Amino acid sequence: MKKNISLLTTILVFLLMLAGASLKYKGFFSVDVFINLLRDNAFLGVAAVGMTFVILSGGIDLSVGGMIGFTSILVGVLISKHHLHPLIAISIALVIGTMIGSGMGWIISTFELPPFLVTLAGMFLTRGLAVVISADTIMIDNPMYEKVSGVKMALPGIFIATLLVGLFVAHMRPFGRAVYAIGGSEDSAALMGLPVGKTKVMVYAISGFCASLAGVLLTLYMSSGDPNAGKMLELDAIASVVIGGTLLSGGVGNLLGTLFGVLILGLIQTAITFQGDINSWWGKIITGLLVFGFILLQKLLQSRRSSVRTA
Amino acid sequence: MNRLLPIKSGPWIWALLSLVLILLFNLVFTHGFFSVEVRDGNLYGSVIDILNRAAPVMLVALGMTLIIATGGVDLSVGAIMAIIGSIAALLVTKQHASLPIILVICLASATVLGLWNGTLVSIFKVQPIVATLILMVSGRGIAQLLTDGQIIQFKDPSLSFVGNGFLFKIPFSITLVLLMLVATTLITRKTAMGLFIESVGDNPTASRYSGIDIRTVQLFVYAFCGFCSGIAGLVATANTSAADANNVGMNLELDAILAVVIGGTKLTGGRFQLIGSLFGALVIQSLTTTILTKGLAIEYTLVVKALTVLAVCLLQSPQFRSRFGFGRRTA
Repeated sequence: MKKNISLLTTILVFLLMLAGASLKYKGFFSVDVFINLLRDNAFLGVAAVGMTFVILSGGIDLSVGGMIGFTSILVGVLISKHHLHPLIAISIALVIGTMIGSGMGWIISTFELPPFLVTLAGMFLTRGLAVVISADTIMIDNPMYEKVSGVKMALPGIFIATLLVGLFVAHMRPFGRAVYAIGGSEDSAALMGLPVGKTKVMVYAISGFCASLAGVLLTLYMSSGDPNAGKMLELDAIASVVIGGTLLSGGVGNLLGTLFGVLILGLIQTAITFQGDINSWWGKIITGLLVFGFILLQKLLQSRRSSVRTA
Repeated sequence: MNRLLPIKSGPWIWALLSLVLILLFNLVFTHGFFSVEVRDGNLYGSVIDILNRAAPVMLVALGMTLIIATGGVDLSVGAIMAIIGSIAALLVTKQHASLPIILVICLASATVLGLWNGTLVSIFKVQPIVATLILMVSGRGIAQLLTDGQIIQFKDPSLSFVGNGFLFKIPFSITLVLLMLVATTLITRKTAMGLFIESVGDNPTASRYSGIDIRTVQLFVYAFCGFCSGIAGLVATANTSAADANNVGMNLELDAILAVVIGGTKLTGGRFQLIGSLFGALVIQSLTTTILTKGLAIEYTLVVKALTVLAVCLLQSPQFRSRFGFGRRTA
């Protein structure tokens, strides 16, 4: 029960915000608005699922924003300039994204380098490659693409599916347990005989895959490939993971929390659009305050837990 | 390595070597790279330009070095620059404040912002990445709120001097960097503060047992980095005579961290190299300038930067060194 307090708080905050917004704005509480909430934030959500795995393992991935820009423009160029079938283009993008992710993971685990720096290099590399491929936005004009982006539930569906697969891997597979164990204490995990290096590579591969999938979703959402897509998105992804109750020191957290973290960030944006007359940068300030609040809550819970232990 | 170089060298020697390599490349392949001409009694040229453009990163890197030496990191420096730039522009346009008042208000606010980070890290024990993430995310929002989302242009000769002026024939920003380097070196090497910072970064537990007040050390480094970012924000804003809350100091935190790491300070904390960080900032800027003068598209700078980060990381990794025969250096 105690373990779930931060998750419950996140859900409570979401429900309170939803109730507040629904009372204040007419027509806010509707299926349409909710589906749009999922649709508008599907790419952020998918990226945040990957980020949750990385943060659970005690690492961080700064490259997701760059990766989104890279896959977005790659898919755009492959379809519009090289006339590849969308499915082939998307597969190529996903494979390359996963490879870049696992490459970063390999460097981090083999040379024991700080994830912060290696993924920073990854961010420069992916964003750089994106603008090298094409500095301009490319429209994607393809019948299959139009069909998929016309289906309202497509993006929310992929988001939820990714989340479910993530939950399954995190809680039902040995790999998931290894991720939690490494985040709790890498040395203990190694002494227990868990494959620390392999797990770390996998974690960054998952994040790379999720980030490139997020890039693909963004091309479906915008019907175009944009090398500058996803700028600073890594911050939103990290913020939603933190708001979702995952500790940045690793080992503690839940993917469900991340879902609500993403929804809370989305809700703020939607409410600001409904309000209409306030500046969108209030969104950033509120996000910052929320992160601050949740960190204080976590500290409170931690200190209480440790005082219980010593008592 | 040490046997090859008769002089007493620190880890910053790598940064200096790469800087020299880039400059040598330009000496051979770029015509007139080192030519410096005198216009209106002031010096102009590529080299001066590199120094001038690197000034904000160098200023921030000085503060960042101390934070990284304690094992922390500050992601909010770019946001602090944006806030300070907005405050300065508002003071000039709305209050017609004089330069001393602007300096005092801006640098005091910058230090307070740094103290906020420091409080989160030292008293609330929040991880530095998350603690400074809060200000990084909301700081730009605050800056935009101050300027109402507009780019505020101003005409104020005395403030513009901070970013564009010349003193003793060289740009004033370079003089500022040198002054701050001297001040930081004095603070850290002529008092015990430098030793405290290094020991907190090396081993916080041992530092606490030996009676070092970790909280004060952390508060100091974050406040100091805020102060440095404030100066950098003033230089960057004064340079363009406009406060652009959206773009001032964008991604500058990454360049500053990169400069510190290239300069030989480890991200895990411990010994720090102030001069190295300045060399690191110059390496980044001269790479960018070289790419531009060679006619390559600006897009390639990011790729080159990525490869530089990777190379520097690998060279500093003991595992990489022992595997590829660089040998473990006995420090």
